[in-house]
This record gives sequence, C-alpha cells and structure tokens, in this order.
Amino acid sequence: MWAFIHKFGSPKWFYGISARLLPWCWFLAVALILVGSIWGLAFAPADYQQGDSFRIIYVHVPAAFLAQSIFVSMAVAALVFMVWKIKVADMAAAVMAPLGAAMTFVALFTGSVWGMPTWGTWWIWDARLTSMLILLFLYVGVIALRGAFTSRDSGARAASVLSMVGVINIPVIKYSVDWWYTLHQPATFSIASRPSMPVEMWWPLLLMVLGFYAFFIAITLMRTRNEILRREAGKHWVRELAAGDA
Amino acid sequence: MTARLQARNLSCERDGRMLFRDLDLAIGPGELVRIEGPNGSGKTTLLKILSGQLGDYEGDLYWGDAPLSRVRDAFLSNLVYLGHATGIKTALTALENLAWYQALAGETGSEAARLAALREVGLAGFEDLPVAQLSAGQQRRVALARLELTPRPLWVLDEPFTAIDKAGVMALEQRLHDHVARGGSVLLTTHHDLAAQGTLRRIRLGGGGEHAQL
Amino acid sequence: MPSSDTESLRGVEPVEPSGGLGVAMAATLKRDLTLAARRRSDIMNPLAFFALVITLFPLGISPQPALLATIAPGLLWVAALLATLLSLEALFRADYEDGCLEQLLLAPQPLPALVLGKVCVHWLMTGLPLALMAPLLGLLLALPAESYLVLSLSLALGSVSLSLIGAIGAALTVGLSRGGVLLSLLVLPLNIPVLIFGTGAVQAAIIGDPVGPHLAILGALCCAALMMAPFAIAASLRISING
Repeated sequence: MWAFIHKFGSPKWFYGISARLLPWCWFLAVALILVGSIWGLAFAPADYQQGDSFRIIYVHVPAAFLAQSIFVSMAVAALVFMVWKIKVADMAAAVMAPLGAAMTFVALFTGSVWGMPTWGTWWIWDARLTSMLILLFLYVGVIALRGAFTSRDSGARAASVLSMVGVINIPVIKYSVDWWYTLHQPATFSIASRPSMPVEMWWPLLLMVLGFYAFFIAITLMRTRNEILRREAGKHWVRELAAGDA
Repeated sequence: MTARLQARNLSCERDGRMLFRDLDLAIGPGELVRIEGPNGSGKTTLLKILSGQLGDYEGDLYWGDAPLSRVRDAFLSNLVYLGHATGIKTALTALENLAWYQALAGETGSEAARLAALREVGLAGFEDLPVAQLSAGQQRRVALARLELTPRPLWVLDEPFTAIDKAGVMALEQRLHDHVARGGSVLLTTHHDLAAQGTLRRIRLGGGGEHAQL
Repeated sequence: MPSSDTESLRGVEPVEPSGGLGVAMAATLKRDLTLAARRRSDIMNPLAFFALVITLFPLGISPQPALLATIAPGLLWVAALLATLLSLEALFRADYEDGCLEQLLLAPQPLPALVLGKVCVHWLMTGLPLALMAPLLGLLLALPAESYLVLSLSLALGSVSLSLIGAIGAALTVGLSRGGVLLSLLVLPLNIPVLIFGTGAVQAAIIGDPVGPHLAILGALCCAALMMAPFAIAASLRISING
C-alpha cells in the first residue's frame, strides 16, 4: 500500500502511466459526447411542455454534475496532498480548480439561457442556480488564494485547506439554500424536480454525463502532465526527456 | 532521555530552489552550534525546521531517541526559540509579556521570578512601562529575559545580538557560554563574531544546496 | 552561586511537558482582553460601521416604515456580517507581525485550544456588542418590537459561527500583505448558511411563527463550527507562518 502510494506519488511514474491512459480518455470523451449530443439534439423526442428548449439539459445537467464532482475531487486531491505530501495530487488539484469554475459557469449560463423560454426571465433565484452561484464563488476563492501566495508551496497548502473546508460546507450551503427557497414561495416550476423523464430522453443524457466525466479526466491528466513538466523542469528525468525529444 | 536534537539527511527545497541537501547535524548537552552563510542561504529556514516549525523538508529529525513529530510536546517543553521578530507585544508591559510566556509553558509563575529575570537583562525599573516606550534594544532584552525566566536546555536563537548595545552583547555572550558550560545547548545564527570559548561548532550553508561542517 | 545539584542543573536538564492547558488558555484570554481594552477604538469601529451601513439603506432605498420593516431582518444581518468581517482582518495580524504568532505555535500546548481562546475574545469584542446594539438599529428600521429579542439572540448565536469561520479565512490570509478583499471572498460564501437561518429566525418572529427551529439550527451550526474550525484555523496558521 505504502509502496503503491509513493510510486503513484512520483511525478515521473505518473507522467509515464498517464501517457498511456490519455488517448483512451480522449477517445471515450469525444465518442460519448458526439453520440450523446447527436442523439439528444436530433433524435430524442421534444418535451410536451417545453418543446425543443428542454434540449439544453444535455449540456446543463452534465456541466452541473461536473461542477460539483470537480470540487469534491479537488478536495480529495488536497487531502492526499496534505496527508501524504504527494505533490502530483496538488498539481492535479491546481489544474482542476479553473476547470471546475468553468463548468460551474457553463451550468449557470445554460441554466439562465434555459430560464428565458421557461420563466420568461434570464435569472431567477432558483435554489439550484443559487447554490451553483455560491459554488462559483467558492471556486474563485480557492483559485485566488492559491495565486495570492508568492511561495508556491504555501499557496498549495492554503488552497488545500480551503478546498477541504469548502467541501465540508457545500452540503450545508445546499441544504440551507433549499430551505430558504421553499420558505420564500418557490416558482411553480423548478429546473430539476421534473416529472419522470421518458427513457428516450434519458439515454442520451446518460451518455453526455459519462462523456463529460471522460472529458474531465482527460483534461485533468493532460494539464497535470504539463504542470509536472513546468514544476519539475530542473529535474534530471525531465531534462533527459527533453533531450530525447530534441 | 537526553536533550539531544538530531537531524539526519536533512534536505530542504523551497519553490524549486535547493537550500541544503543531506545535512547531518546533532546538538547535545554542552554544545554550541553556529549556522553561518550569506543572506538567503537558508539559515532561518534551517532554524525553523530544527525548531519544529516548518514541515516541508526531507529527512528525519529526532529528539532524544524518538522521532521529533512523535514527541513534539516534550520537545517544545525543552525549547526556547527567539526569532527575528521579538514576540513582544508593545501595548503590554514587560511583566505582562513575560507572564503570558510563562503561562504558555503551563506555569503560573511568580511575579518575583519575572522581576528577577528583567533585572538580569538590565531592565530594572522598566517592568511596568508599556514596551512601546522602550527602545528597540530594550525590547529585545525583554525577549531575552525569557531565557532566564523559563529555563530550557535547548536554545534556538536567530540573530539574538540584533539591536543590542556593546555591554548587552558581552553579557549575552557570557550567558550563552554559561548555559553551554552547565550542560545546555545553543543553536544560533549571528553575524557577530563569537569569542571562541569551549566547544563551538560551525556549519556553513552555501548556495545551491552545499554545506560544510567547520 | 548554585547551592545544590538540582539547582545547578535547573534549566539544562530535559523536562517533561507540564500540561497546564487551562493556565495557558486563561492567560491568552486575559492577554487578548487586556490588549482590546487598551485599544478601545478596535471595539468601537465595527459598531460604528454597523450603524453607518444601516443608516445608508433608508437613504438609498426609501424612508417608508412599511418597506423598511420587511427588509430590516436581512439588512441588519448582512450589515452585522460585514462588520464582523471587517474586524476579522486584525485577528491574527498584529500577532503575526510582532512574532507572537510564531511563539504561540511553539507553545507546548494544543494550538487549536489556544486559537479558540483568541476567537472567543474576538466574539466577545465584536459579535456580542453587535448583537446587543442590533435592536437599537432595528428601531431605526421600524422593525416590529416583538422580534428584538430574537434578533439579538440569533446574532449572538450566529456570530460565534461567523467568528470561527472567519478566523479560518483570517488565518489563511494573515501572511499576505493585502489580504482584506481576499478574506471577504473566502469567508462570505461560507457564511451564507448562518445568514439564511439568522434572518429566517427574525422573519419567523415577525410573522409569529415558532423561532425555536431556526435558533436550534443556528446552534447546531455553531457547535459544528466549534468542533471543526479550531483545527482548520490551527492548520492555516501553520501554513501562513511559513509565508
């Protein structure tokens, strides 16, 4: 177990293994998203209430899933970094934060675009959208804190503590926002609590969600590899690698 | 248990820059070790690692026979660390400052002991003034009074001679040698030349992770 | 001259940790209270800020009592939250600059317990006075009289959590030269649950609903923060001290 953890922690080992995984992740991501979006946009039946405008869920829902999952993954990576001092975990956490923020923004944007035909307004203080907005602020905080330190190592630790504090708070925030929403007389229609969705709409959604996850893994692996090269530029094996390529 | 601090294979890299590599160091009763090196060579970082404040190093630290991380409280109970900043609150009086330090060690302490410690560092008559009204050198003396007040075997001192006048420097130097002669240990950095009395070991840190035991 | 062997070895023999956490915590409380008492402006400033912000709203929105009464719970809570936030930046700043923080971290005592003492003083010096002052400002906003007690109670209880969560942010940013805005960015999102249930309690009191559940949840948040925040604060301070 220990040997495995430390092997996994070695940037060089990670660099090698990720090179083999990366093509598969990209292939899965492209294939799933391609099939899912063509199926969802062209072949799935239109919604009997909302017509074609519901099709935005094929982007909105996977983005919202990712937005939350990335925060959790980031906190897990932070924990691994703090407990076992594995630097690769911190590099992964560092590259996940901007991606998570982007996904949160996409979820907010598509939610708001969806709101126009549904509610007749671009923004409504819906429980899910509000939680999403707060999540975006949490991401911004983590990114800003990491950037504020002149010492990269201290910034990494500070961002790790904040991600862990954030991930403990997310359920509390979510619960309290839901409670706040029900208290203040909700609009009759909420984005996600819908009557059961027909299977023909479900399948493409599932493919899209899986595709987005594959995309997340691929992007994270790729950017972590870049981060490894950047931070370990002075190390022997990186120089050898560069010499070999040249 | 012996009051012996050991570092084995200590390496420290901060933000991609190697400060020192594979440093072995032991300091036990009756020893005075001086860390030397140009500005930015990692002297303060080394002292902070050796006093258990910094965690990002590779290698092992031992206090007595046990790893330092496992006997942290026992180690800290035997340590006085004085850093660049004095650790003295200027809005409080010298006595109040010392009382807090005694309490941090878990002792209620006595007013008489605090007065005696202040007298020892030449601050008789200044006990009840807010420290803000004292000069920089006097403020540092308040911090040095902790050496008298809370007796600990291991002293880790980062530039202890800063801002002190000539007489004070001589008194402090004598105090360090007395402590070592009685079986205490002192680990310090200073630009001041210590008169060589008894055992003085020197470790020189250079750029690029090199170091030398002199 | 040393008179006996034990005396001559005093100060150079290794000693066992003597415990005395109670002594250390009491001394830290006393020290911070003394410091606060010598700098009274630090206590007055958040209160003045609180009153000033509340004055701005009728000027910016409308002086109509009916309108002000509806938004008063939210305004009072948000203003109190911001006032707490402003005072948080100074929580560890002075100790960081004069080296006392370094020494606090080197005390042979559990750091979470010591920082809990410091946060406790912060609450006594900001949260509690804000809670006591709030009814007075409620009066200016035409807040119905039956909610005054709940307003004070909810603020007193909620500001414990605000101090604790805020102290995490203060500890993370204490080493940064311009930590103020960043501190708000880190802390405000985490304070949202406290805000929601705090205003909820006051609103419930106005319309005559039971306030027990809201206060109970505020109490639960406070307990959770008391259990977890000191460890996060201690970890954050250890990071900040290494700059």
